Amino acid sequence: MPMDAREIETLIKEALPDANITIRDLAGDGDHYAAEVVSESFRGKSRVQQHQMIYEALKGNMGGELHALALQTSVPE
Amino acid sequence: MDKCDNLTKGKAPPARTPDGHAKENTKDGNMSDIQAWIENEVKSNDIVVFMKGTPSFPQCGFSGQVVQIMDYLQVPYKGINVLESDDLRQGIKDFSNWPTIPQLYVKGEFIGGCDIVREMFQNQELQDLLNSKVTA
Repeated sequence: MPMDAREIETLIKEALPDANITIRDLAGDGDHYAAEVVSESFRGKSRVQQHQMIYEALKGNMGGELHALALQTSVPE
Repeated sequence: MDKCDNLTKGKAPPARTPDGHAKENTKDGNMSDIQAWIENEVKSNDIVVFMKGTPSFPQCGFSGQVVQIMDYLQVPYKGINVLESDDLRQGIKDFSNWPTIPQLYVKGEFIGGCDIVREMFQNQELQDLLNSKVTA
């Protein structure tokens, strides 16, 4: 079951309200996305921890309903 | 990124296991056995990649990317095929609190999945990490 890009953005925003989020639908099938997330809350955290925060925000959809989401995370410049 | 069962459709299962005892120890084991088994694997091998398929026959594009990077860097590593056991496939996700496969471990530490490994490779971080942690 594909997931809407807006839905992904909403879930991330709920967990990280300050996040600047860019989502691209890679294959145009609503099932393969790439997301860039920039948030102050990533500061001081490892990449693994940053990605885990996103996965947590997605509430278990990752690897299930959400088939593929390439993640890139960073803190604001 | 990386649940990619659709990419594996139509491919044959692996002809051989990369590691006979892996299968033996994980199959039909309970969850705490799996966690102990995984811990032992990542501690007793410098570099471990949990992947779909084997290094010589990856069955998922994302696992294949990590294999390509490791092969390019010419570092020895142990590939463990999670498709051989449902317990292992779920167990490794619980072990790292990480929802996807592949997963790279160096000296017992979870380094990341496909995206992180690629990003670290592109900015030379992975090479530095391997050089500092693993003596050739």
